[in-house]
Amino acid sequence: MKKYQIIVLAKQVPDTRNVGKDAMKADGTVNRSILPAIFNPEDLHALEQALRIKDNYPETTITLLTMGPVRASEILREGLYRGADAGILLTDRAFAGSDTLATSYALSCAIHKMKKFDIIICGRQAIDGDTAQVGPQVAEKLGIPQITYAEEIVSLTKDKIQVKRRLEHGIEVVEASFPILITVNSSAPHCRPRHAKRLMRYKHTSTMSEHQDNSEDYLSTSDGNANHVIEEWGVNDIECDHEQLGLGGSPTKVKKVNNIVFQAKETLKLTDNNEEINVLMKELITSHIIG
Amino acid sequence: MNNVIVYCELYEGKIADVSFELLTKGRSLANQLNCNLEVLLIGHQLAGLEKEIFPYGVDVLYTADDKRLSPYSTLPHTSIMVNLFKEEKPQIALMGATTIGRDLGPRVSSALKSGLTADCTELEIGDHEVVKDKKIYKDLLYQIRPAFGGNIIATIINPDCRPQMATVREGVMKKAIFNPLHKGKVVKLEVKKYVDDTAFVVKIIERHMEESKVDIKNSSVVVAGGFGVGSKENFKLLFDLAALLGGEVGASRAAIDAGYTEHERQIGQTGLTVRPKLYIACGISGQIQHLSGMSESSIIISINNDSNAPINKIANYVIQGKVENVIPKMIKYYKENKK
Repeated sequence: MKKYQIIVLAKQVPDTRNVGKDAMKADGTVNRSILPAIFNPEDLHALEQALRIKDNYPETTITLLTMGPVRASEILREGLYRGADAGILLTDRAFAGSDTLATSYALSCAIHKMKKFDIIICGRQAIDGDTAQVGPQVAEKLGIPQITYAEEIVSLTKDKIQVKRRLEHGIEVVEASFPILITVNSSAPHCRPRHAKRLMRYKHTSTMSEHQDNSEDYLSTSDGNANHVIEEWGVNDIECDHEQLGLGGSPTKVKKVNNIVFQAKETLKLTDNNEEINVLMKELITSHIIG
Repeated sequence: MNNVIVYCELYEGKIADVSFELLTKGRSLANQLNCNLEVLLIGHQLAGLEKEIFPYGVDVLYTADDKRLSPYSTLPHTSIMVNLFKEEKPQIALMGATTIGRDLGPRVSSALKSGLTADCTELEIGDHEVVKDKKIYKDLLYQIRPAFGGNIIATIINPDCRPQMATVREGVMKKAIFNPLHKGKVVKLEVKKYVDDTAFVVKIIERHMEESKVDIKNSSVVVAGGFGVGSKENFKLLFDLAALLGGEVGASRAAIDAGYTEHERQIGQTGLTVRPKLYIACGISGQIQHLSGMSESSIIISINNDSNAPINKIANYVIQGKVENVIPKMIKYYKENKK
């Protein structure tokens, strides 16, 4: 029976959708530290697409790959609970400050190390940056074609895949062969919930650094079951040009950041005369609330 | 060399509005930088389109005309753009933040190892000083965009890599004819020199129009109506405002019971919970069941006749007035001042 090797790219992100009034500091800026870190929503949609392939071809393997700080292993565990087979955490100070290009370079180097794959699936974009760049940039670095804005895998055969894409003006169904990179839209189906048995099996799964932190015995490197360890790769575990990594490898630099200062909490009362409405609209436009 | 180049997007053979908007912006950047404005147009049966393009102040129009290049597909368009950029070395490249531009841009930036900033809301020319290296970069492109879910505005620069690439959403820049008599030069690219047959690997099987599903939860602007909107006709105003602001329309239970709009738009305890950046509550009194579905919105505007409506207590702005008077005024101001 046909099986596929699937890599799902995922990112742990601050939940920027949840910036409610509680997350606002007195000066009107966002208190980022209280925002929960979550599995990027569209990456969960991507995982669901991978799981659906595995439903039909049970010998398929799904490996989650994420780049981030050590605690990003949380989303790898979350993926294992929902049905992924393995997780790899790419973590190293050398990756810090990466823009989308440096991120896609590091990810592509990690994928080279993984060698064989048929399909890479990832969310269209992450909610902390909304750039939608990493997927296509990884595909270009690997020299493989891409299918962006996927909503559904329409058909899958031994050497061909048909995907329905959601575009501004309608839909498009495209066909490609493997290997292929697919980015998934939020209009695709939501990810299935955690599986209770898998939760029991994987809840103590950890990376080597987490395991060592939690263990009193510094010489202990494993709990004896290799399946229960999330692989952790640093810069020395992948073949890469260090100049293309992290802040130094990022062509884009942030020159300036302005916090959007929201209005004070007391209510401002207006009448419906033109002048007052225009002042309000102007304020909304200049503060980028709309427009 | 060192020019400003705009990727011109076609939809069913017609030039997309966002491309005209970028031409106007591109012309003003080129004037500031004292360089040419150039355009890359890829598709099929392109003859005649130059008449629409040159009045925007375009100096050179590169065309790649081949049956296989329409409709858009990623690899062939990437290949042409990458190869042209290697020859022409533009300093700035702009494209629409559309499903095409956001598919093509990152691919090209990855191939050229050049920086790309998505969804810019402003583009300016400015200098940049690196104090510790005592180095001053002259005339960089400031790429200004919201980030972090719209909670910050970041200014991004690409000091060292060229081109400086940016995508911009439709409607963000204003389009304006530069000079109706302006004439540029057409350069026809020999397609097979720029794109290999092997690039045509993804086949388009089918294309058709299909409305997307209502997606209120992921919308950053929600215009919601209650019983106080008064009629189905007035409710249409909410749709007009939401469409203009790129938002969605929601409703209270009372409005849905009155038949003003569909059930799937209900916000509140028995409907959806939303946390948009902006929630405009129109004629909604604000029962606790409704508030529980929207009280975490960042900014709440309440438009209501009744100054004592409970929703006014959690609103940042209260406009006392009739929905059918207030919304047209908001629409009018936005249209006049945004596009």
